[in-house]
Amino acid sequence: MQVPAQVEYEKATSIEAALALLARYAPGARILAGGHSLIPMMKLRLVQPEVLIDINAIKPLRYIERAGGELHIGALARHADLLASELACQHFAILQDAERVIADPVVRNWGTIGGSLCQADPSEDLSAAFAALKGSMIIRGPDGSREVPARAFHTGPYETVVGPAEMLTEIRLPIRPGAGSAYVKVARRAGDWPIGAAAAAVWLAGDRIADVGIGLTAVGAEHFVAAEAEESLRGQLAGEEAFARAGQIAAAHCRPASDQRGPVSYKRHLVGELTVRVLRAAVRRARGLAP
Amino acid sequence: MKITVTVNAVDYARVVEPRLLLIHFLRDELGLTGSHWGCDTSNCGACVVWLDETPVKSCTVLAVMADGRRVTTVEGLASGTRLDPVQEAFAACHGLQCGFCTPGMMMTARWLLDNNPDPTEADVREAISGQVCRCTGYENIVRSVLRAAAGDGGGPA
Repeated sequence: MQVPAQVEYEKATSIEAALALLARYAPGARILAGGHSLIPMMKLRLVQPEVLIDINAIKPLRYIERAGGELHIGALARHADLLASELACQHFAILQDAERVIADPVVRNWGTIGGSLCQADPSEDLSAAFAALKGSMIIRGPDGSREVPARAFHTGPYETVVGPAEMLTEIRLPIRPGAGSAYVKVARRAGDWPIGAAAAAVWLAGDRIADVGIGLTAVGAEHFVAAEAEESLRGQLAGEEAFARAGQIAAAHCRPASDQRGPVSYKRHLVGELTVRVLRAAVRRARGLAP
Repeated sequence: MKITVTVNAVDYARVVEPRLLLIHFLRDELGLTGSHWGCDTSNCGACVVWLDETPVKSCTVLAVMADGRRVTTVEGLASGTRLDPVQEAFAACHGLQCGFCTPGMMMTARWLLDNNPDPTEADVREAISGQVCRCTGYENIVRSVLRAAAGDGGGPA
């Protein structure tokens, strides 16, 4: 029987109240959102907070909306909200690609976007998607709020720049013209963590790639990014030759570990192939075609 | 901590430890043993109940998180002595063997049909993809949900 250790519980009904509770209890406090990563970790004693601060009652933290040239996602939006959001899908098909393969429908009902990011699992899907889209995170703390690029949010496995008295409140994704995006994941079975997965966002100018983001997850890519592969694509003709070269570079530069999901050689092979597939699909979408 | 939870339209007030899981609250505090406690790791779905409007895995939710909310368990599916069409279809199609996964499967099935009254077989398989039948009786479970959707009632399949 797995049960968490004894813990105190506080319910926050506003962002300000959550920040006040964090200020009082940090560093022994943890924010409780969906809990679908935190509670299993507590059962295993991998984490043992003294106080849980439940933010599920903060309704203003659960939204997906357009604000100017950006899509804003509240940290408490559930995975199911993002999957169902026509607004999000209209601009970022990659988010629907990814959400379809995150855990399972019942877990997606309660698990939150902000919680997934703050858990910072090195195999997490949206971290790669947001890195590819070059989004940013809004973090609030006792001294106000700050905006951190998605590519600087994670400092390592299970670690982020969010301080003990701070909380993630929003994810921002820039809406730019000529864009297309895609996510492909290979897993052992439905609902499992990826063996490897790739995310791509492209911004076309005519036939050429004006800008590109490539995210990788579960394969040891620093900040979930395939930076060298991105560099190889900038300004190039958006076609198979460039995709293949980017795939080779991404496979060479990532640093997967051998584990029960497969050996390093297989994971590198996956990275190369998946990078090509997501680039191909993203470019097709940018051109208004089916992936 | 004192919590008030409305379970199957009945209000319950209890004092619980914050670390108590919702599944244990339902089974041990309220005696509602229809929901099953399975893998304990949010993989198997035997513990699925509704929290407000949506199914959740109750081994991964704290009872205190349900404070002020509504919970619906398999005991709340039937209306009096009249079984829910999902329950009738599971009986008609032999949608259960040992029965351990059945409460969770039926709660997810009811939710699916409330939101998608005419699902394809693929929709059904996707909906229950986070739930495990260790008897591997998936064919009949899917058949049961499709029968419930078709409204064919509880007669012979």
